[in-house]
Amino acid sequence: MYNIPGSVTTPASGAAPVKAGAGVEQGDGTVQGDGVRTARTVAEVMAQSQAGDVLDELDRELVGLAPVKARIRDIAALLVIDRLRMNQGLQAQTPSLHMSFTGNPGTGKTTVALRMAQILHRLGYIRKGHLVAVTRDDLVGQYVGHTAPKTREVLKKAMGGVLFIDEAYYLYRPDNERDYGQEAIEILMQVMENNRDDLVVILAGYGDRMETFFQSNPGMRSRIAHHLEFPDFAEGELLRIAEMMLEQQNYRFGPGARETFQEYIAHRIRQPQFANARSVRNALDRARLRQASRLFAHPDKELTVDDLSTIESPDIRASRVFDLGAAATPNN
Amino acid sequence: MMSNPTGRLTQGQFSFLPDLTDAEITLQIEYGLKKGYAWAIEYTDDPHPRNTYWEMFGNPMFDLNDAAGVMMELKSCRDTFPAHYIRLVAFDSTRGVETIVMSFIVNRPPVEPGFGLVRQETNGRTIRYTIRGYEADRAEGERYRK
Repeated sequence: MYNIPGSVTTPASGAAPVKAGAGVEQGDGTVQGDGVRTARTVAEVMAQSQAGDVLDELDRELVGLAPVKARIRDIAALLVIDRLRMNQGLQAQTPSLHMSFTGNPGTGKTTVALRMAQILHRLGYIRKGHLVAVTRDDLVGQYVGHTAPKTREVLKKAMGGVLFIDEAYYLYRPDNERDYGQEAIEILMQVMENNRDDLVVILAGYGDRMETFFQSNPGMRSRIAHHLEFPDFAEGELLRIAEMMLEQQNYRFGPGARETFQEYIAHRIRQPQFANARSVRNALDRARLRQASRLFAHPDKELTVDDLSTIESPDIRASRVFDLGAAATPNN
Repeated sequence: MMSNPTGRLTQGQFSFLPDLTDAEITLQIEYGLKKGYAWAIEYTDDPHPRNTYWEMFGNPMFDLNDAAGVMMELKSCRDTFPAHYIRLVAFDSTRGVETIVMSFIVNRPPVEPGFGLVRQETNGRTIRYTIRGYEADRAEGERYRK
């Protein structure tokens, strides 16, 4: 009789994936026996993982958001120390890193989520470091039996990275008890629990609505370790954001335009539907439109680099916000 | 099949090797994903040397980044069909290729009795041969159980 090894199932096969997972995690940071020393200090881990660069970038490129940055630093510190513990042979239980981002529109929730994916990837917590951003429509199906495969498909795509669920409170509709959203939530919770090493779920939404969402899904709240609150931007921060946005697009404020924009923000911030950085971006987009038509009006004029890249004060002044602001003042 | 006295089904890649462990399967999946393949899971309890048409377990998985997603689906397939043959297939969607480029068995039933040769006598002294799984006589879903 022939004996083919493996035709009898070996008992080791069950334990193998766990061992491999640990091997992968160690593999990118510490190369043992290859002449590279196993990291023993925080600085070494930071240097090997280059997570410090991302953290510095976060500080430099994101204005304000002090509490959020502090929490991200805490998380990064924990992961670095865990790595060091692992190198010393101590038990390092993978922490649960599911998060909820709450804050008003335009406070940078998506931007931070993208950075978070990079940081977690550099620190070896997630394997691939991509971000899959979804909303209710991507998770919830339209008929019976549609939701589960749809949610699972999204989860599979997000494995190895970060799943960012924007406006997560829409998943739960209390007014309709047969809503399929509940099914999506259940699958989500199950995967969040079982595949903790494989993906990080970030729920984002506006503060008060997320509160109601968590109240009606207590299981969800307890599965999320980090609740990050995104504060509104102050006027000065919004101005700095505007300048950075312009710089990225090779524009700049002309003489007096900066002050005009500051005035604009002061008016806009008091009006309804103010969406922080997003409103700033829209305002700048409209200013660019006006600048374009201003230049367009003189077809024979030769345009220099300066002309093309300068937003003048009148470009901003023409905004409707100033009329509304002026009209509103006597009432207040 | 007939030349394989253990009755072990040998189709696709790695089928003459010992069964792959989950870690090894993960590495193969990663390799395929790096090449841009879409993985799919298929199962059957009616194997035959010439039968490459197995049932699909869910849709093929496009746009995946990590093997964990495929492994999750494989786990749920194993839970559903513990005594079936399960294989992973990788589809290459490159224009001009558009075909399965990898395929290997990842789950086998506890017992594999193998295949028998059926001889049919016809005109004169001609004999026609048919390969038939010993378990094929039992009803679908009841095959390959102890």
